[in-house]
Amino acid sequence: MNELAPQLFWPCTLGIAMIFVIGLYCVLFTYNLIRALIGLEILIKGVTLLIILAGYITAHEALAQSLVITLIVIEVVVITVAVGVVLGIRKHTGSLDARNIRNLKG
Amino acid sequence: MQLDWFIIFSLVTASLWTVMTRSLLRSGIGLALTSVILAIFMFRLNSPLAAVFELSVCAGLISVLFISTISLTHPLSAQEKIQHMWVRLARFWFLPLLVIVLVVGLLLMRSRPQIHMPLAQDLKDARVVLWNFRQIDLLGQAIVLLAGVFGVVVLFKERQKK
Repeated sequence: MNELAPQLFWPCTLGIAMIFVIGLYCVLFTYNLIRALIGLEILIKGVTLLIILAGYITAHEALAQSLVITLIVIEVVVITVAVGVVLGIRKHTGSLDARNIRNLKG
Repeated sequence: MQLDWFIIFSLVTASLWTVMTRSLLRSGIGLALTSVILAIFMFRLNSPLAAVFELSVCAGLISVLFISTISLTHPLSAQEKIQHMWVRLARFWFLPLLVIVLVVGLLLMRSRPQIHMPLAQDLKDARVVLWNFRQIDLLGQAIVLLAGVFGVVVLFKERQKK
């Protein structure tokens, strides 16, 4: 375990919890599709920081970095495809409001 | 240690600003700022390779992607902006309050955890771990990238006019 890990554990956990809350709140309470993707990005930032912190505490930084690189690649692909879907919705409905795409709601 | 506190505070503030700001463009810029601060913190936590990826891909590529998408959408009119501002305020006024409550709550039940974890092996190089021990992850990355490329091609394919 790294020497500074116990001192860093608490502030990092606090920061990660707040980032999770901010991202989740954005995803849940916005109707704008681009803003929802931005909320998703913030949630992923929290996960990234959590993995890096776990690697730092356990002194497995190399493993944590390799996992984070994988996470970043997946994040880019997900966001790119989601942005494509959002642009398709924008072209189809003329707006970015999630309330306008409730045609499938039962 | 104080610098770490400052970086974490900046990270939370940047992400809060990203969510709370009215303009979508500012949200995109705020997201890039959040990524930059996170990259600095990752560098301080002995993860330089991941920090470089975060800086170049998340702060660079994804921000460009978001800003390009925002530029493809039309801006709101002045009247719509005012109406939208009040609607947003009604939905988001609770968020800073929630963050403050969370901070106070966590500070109240603060305790130093006793962490007992196994010591690291001699695998200190992220490149060695990634290429020699996480090959399945690399295969997964390649498959996900291919899936993304095909997804984008299908989404943006122009329909043939009959």
